[in-house]
Amino acid sequence: MNALRRNVLKGATGAGAVAVAVAAGLITPTRVLAAPRAAFDAKNLADAMKGMGLPAATDSKDIVIKAPDIAENGAVVPVEVTSSIAGTSAIAILAEKNNTPLVADFELSGGAQGYVSTRIKMGATALVRAIVTAGGKTYQATKEVKVTIGGCGG
Amino acid sequence: MAEPMKIRATMAGDTADIKVLMNHPMETGQRKDAKTGQLVPAHYITEVTATVNGAAVLKAGMGGGVSKNPYLGFKVKGAKAGDKVAVSWVDNTGDKRTDETTVG
Amino acid sequence: MKKALLGLVTIGLISGVSGAMAAPEQDRQEFVNYYTKKYPNVKLDDYVHGALAFDADSKAQYDAIMEFPPFEGDLEKGRKLLDTAFKNGKKYADCFPNGGKNIAGNYPYFDDKAGKVVTLHDAINACRVANGEEAYKVNDMKTMGLLTTALRAQSDGMLMNVKVEGAGATAAYEAGKKAFFSRKGQLNFACATCHVQNAGVRLRSELLSPAVGHAVHWPVFRGGDNLVTLQQRYDGCYKQVRAVPPAQGSADMNNLEYFHSYLSNGLPMKANVFRK
Repeated sequence: MNALRRNVLKGATGAGAVAVAVAAGLITPTRVLAAPRAAFDAKNLADAMKGMGLPAATDSKDIVIKAPDIAENGAVVPVEVTSSIAGTSAIAILAEKNNTPLVADFELSGGAQGYVSTRIKMGATALVRAIVTAGGKTYQATKEVKVTIGGCGG
Repeated sequence: MAEPMKIRATMAGDTADIKVLMNHPMETGQRKDAKTGQLVPAHYITEVTATVNGAAVLKAGMGGGVSKNPYLGFKVKGAKAGDKVAVSWVDNTGDKRTDETTVG
Repeated sequence: MKKALLGLVTIGLISGVSGAMAAPEQDRQEFVNYYTKKYPNVKLDDYVHGALAFDADSKAQYDAIMEFPPFEGDLEKGRKLLDTAFKNGKKYADCFPNGGKNIAGNYPYFDDKAGKVVTLHDAINACRVANGEEAYKVNDMKTMGLLTTALRAQSDGMLMNVKVEGAGATAAYEAGKKAFFSRKGQLNFACATCHVQNAGVRLRSELLSPAVGHAVHWPVFRGGDNLVTLQQRYDGCYKQVRAVPPAQGSADMNNLEYFHSYLSNGLPMKANVFRK
């Protein structure tokens, strides 16, 4: 299932979008990607959101992003997202100032909880944004992570 | 040939805590080689899928922004000790890898 | 605080002259007292985490990464190297007491016969040469570096137990101490400038670590994939203050490691950790 299709199935954007996406090669009937690859190539936040086919998201306190205040090393920034929103079916992680902001998109099913933990690269101090899909609606939370250059590593 | 993943799956109450470490350079295609000054070609995992006893629990899309040797942690309610966890990835060059473990 | 600092510097300058046998233990106590007085809320046991002991945000990232470190693959390679038999069929385990387990805290030691400090790197190379193999370059991370990840990991939890006994050992220790306190390079910094006087303080974006607890946690993986040994780190420190580093494995470096390791006596070893 992909983010676009997710919304489609929930009736958010209608059946036409699926046909368009299939025609554009974004969705193939046999192998379904989590989010369309185009979203991962998007150069800014707005295009990445558009690429995922997500409408404007509502801020939610039920999404907790565990990420550092100051990254030890921008190449490995631990990020953990927990969503206690009922019916959480997808979590996307974006680093807003990255050349390509969309880092990863997770589709959860079959008992998978509203939780993912990973490590991301960050090129500059920026907001890390978590986008959660639950019950056909889109929610979000942000957390600023400062990235500095250097490191003694003693 | 892609190197094996490491997968740990342990029970915490009624939930399986699954942790995966993939072995992959995750080159964004935007980094220049320090010596040659040439761009290092993009080489990153684009898709990860995980199943418990054959049923899908997680399907992830990834960009080059995931760190080298990607780490992924997730939790599956209702799984039990002895369940088979399988994780697969595919990268942008078409290389792929599947590894398995059982919930301990 | 200023008084303690002055005391340390004074000891650094004059105890080389006095040469008392109890000097190393007295030095270590002075260091510990200085840091623990300055930072009463940081537990001595946490000094093994270096600068991370002074910053919860950094430590949380360390914990998250150590949960499943990205360098697991390198550790596996190291274990393979350590377990590979020489051409004569013998193994590294045959060279070391206790099969090479729980030994790293005894290094460096002073070899009275040879009249010099022996580091774990030196012992590995002695083992190789004794078994008809070529010595590794001590700064070659692909061989010596990877091998030490595995050998040192077998001593995790052992308490650092460096001994300074006899005239030769004392002289080597004092030489290392002198190097630690001597200002060097274009920036005119001593090791002590950062890691004693300014330990726990930020230098630009960098939180400086205390010298006690430094020596127990090597090698490290910087950024999660860049393997760095203790002497490789010294090399980096020299360059950061724009000084020419002595060769890794030289008497100068080994004496520094000898003194520096003694300061961590009593703290638990923990090889292969993440650093920024």
